[in-house]
Amino acid sequence: MSVLVYVEQVDGKFKKSVFEAVSYAKAIADIQGSSLTAISIGNVGEAELKELGKYGASKVLNVSNDQLKNFVNQAYASVIAEAAKKENAAVVVLSNSFSGKGLAPRVAVKLEAGLVDGAVELPKLDGGQFLVKKTAFSGKAFAITELTSAIKVIALNPNAFGVKESAVEATVEAFSPEIKATDFTAIVKEIVRATNKVSLPDAELVVSAGRGLKGPENWGMIEELANLLGAATACSKPVSDADWRPHSEHVGQTGIAISPNLYIAIGISGAIQHLAGVSSSKVIVVINIDPEAPFFKVADYGIVGDAFVVVPKLIEALKAHKG
Amino acid sequence: MKILVCISNVPDTTTKITFTNDNTQFNTSGVSFIVNPYDEIALSRAIELCAGDKGTVTVINVGESVTEPTIRKALAIGADDAVRINAEPRDAYFTAYQIAEYAKTTDYDMILCGRESIDYNGSQVAAMVGEFLDIPSISIIKKLDYDGTTATIEREIEGGKEVVSVSGKFIASCAEGTAVATIPNMRGIMSARSKPLQVVEAKEIAQISKVQQFDTPPPRGAVKLVPADETEKLIGLLHSEAKVI
Ligand SMILES: Cc1cc2nc3c(=O)[nH]c(=O)nc-3n(C[C@H](O)[C@H](O)[C@H](O)COP(=O)(O)OP(=O)(O)OC[C@H]3O[C@@H](n4cnc5c(N)ncnc54)[C@H](O)[C@@H]3O)c2cc1C
Repeated sequence: MSVLVYVEQVDGKFKKSVFEAVSYAKAIADIQGSSLTAISIGNVGEAELKELGKYGASKVLNVSNDQLKNFVNQAYASVIAEAAKKENAAVVVLSNSFSGKGLAPRVAVKLEAGLVDGAVELPKLDGGQFLVKKTAFSGKAFAITELTSAIKVIALNPNAFGVKESAVEATVEAFSPEIKATDFTAIVKEIVRATNKVSLPDAELVVSAGRGLKGPENWGMIEELANLLGAATACSKPVSDADWRPHSEHVGQTGIAISPNLYIAIGISGAIQHLAGVSSSKVIVVINIDPEAPFFKVADYGIVGDAFVVVPKLIEALKAHKG
Repeated sequence: MKILVCISNVPDTTTKITFTNDNTQFNTSGVSFIVNPYDEIALSRAIELCAGDKGTVTVINVGESVTEPTIRKALAIGADDAVRINAEPRDAYFTAYQIAEYAKTTDYDMILCGRESIDYNGSQVAAMVGEFLDIPSISIIKKLDYDGTTATIEREIEGGKEVVSVSGKFIASCAEGTAVATIPNMRGIMSARSKPLQVVEAKEIAQISKVQQFDTPPPRGAVKLVPADETEKLIGLLHSEAKVI
């Protein structure tokens, strides 16, 4: 028996969310008294694969195949399911990332496994039960879900568990599962990635702004603040609806749900649908001209003031702080 | 062209979420139910693609008879007909299985659904249906064009986007950007009453996941206000008290 964790790579590198998934999977392996194997797909170098040992993976299955260089949902799901069978995995862990969301359900069906996505805590093994806590109702609640299948699949929310080191020596093993031609009917034509930007779903710090900013021309100060902090930028729905910002930045009930360590909301009222996607942020800072703005009710820190005055000052204060 | 759109019956977005029976059941009392907002986006795109007699849109819902008002809403928005698989949707696995079993009996070109449901926030159904049917599933799409045989799809990835091309049957889950949700007009509402709604019995499948209990996040403490001209104080608090920067 073992735990298997899928380690998603971007251009041959692992991101923090991968180390988080490995740390989480290692903690499950420890609870179950089993070993942890990682499965990497795409062309990742030996040194990068060995890094996974730092977080507890004692074995890394490495699928290095040009056909699988880019993410192909169906083919990747087949490979992960094959690896799970080979490793006799009782639990399969993935990141609840954009790719993870497309993969985990396919892997679950292949393995006839119950799936919990959006997991926020380690599973509890309670008198033979296997219980996983996940977000529900767009952050307004949690659902504690029991999985009763022989194999269990868990997709972990970014920033929910944190990265934990537990140094072991990772051995890298080449793995060449059978690949079906029919797994390649959806063809990736083009990938456009903004490399200089912090990706919103797994960002630890997020600076977000709403309609209070009046127009797209005023986002310069928001980006400057985000850059200084190393934060991702986000926005409210009316802002992306008006095309002031791309849809990929829209957070909330109908946008992306995020749970960064710090969420700074500038000129956003705090409507229930917006809060639905951001209320599980660990610390919330609100800057709003209206002292009655609902966002202040859920904020940890707040400044009642005009964003056009406060944000430039905040930028100065941050520069001074950084020295 | 024939498009199948999966719709979920969810609590209205402004619902205050409470639970009963020792936090084991969602309290539906006083709650109004709507078409899942993301599914509305999928439905609107399907209607756009079929406009001008280019095809028909069938909505499919797994639910007991209580979901019929929500199905009628989807018909009012513009779907041509509807199918209800008569069962309580136990989990995504069950739901996806029912949709896939129905899809096997019908000739469709594509299946669309929303990126996730706003109740259990599972983004599972689309990819599970794809796996049950052994067809491609493209998750969290922002754009969908179709030329009659090949779909060109933009999907979101961390920090960017990916353009995917698919020929043949597929399922995609739609996010904001794919379409703007259509608001039903009077004619739509009137005609929805007479559009066909077929009820199909569910197929048995073992239950492998179950929500045992709900929990609500702990209430947040009162906000600490910092005067607008003392922004350095805020930076100090974020650094030394909250320890986030
Ligand atoms: C089904 C449905 C789904 C939805 N999903 C989402 C979602 O996912 N995400 C989302 O965000 N919304 C969503 N909404 C919309 C939501 O209800 C609100 O309309 C939206 O969040 C408001 O955005 P806003 O706060 O930017 O704009 P507004 O409501 O216009 O608020 C602007 C705020 O800026 C403040 N302000 C103005 N000028 C200044 C200034 N100079 N300095 C500082 N502050 C200033 C104002 O006091 C006000 O509080 C949804 C709505 C529905 C019906």
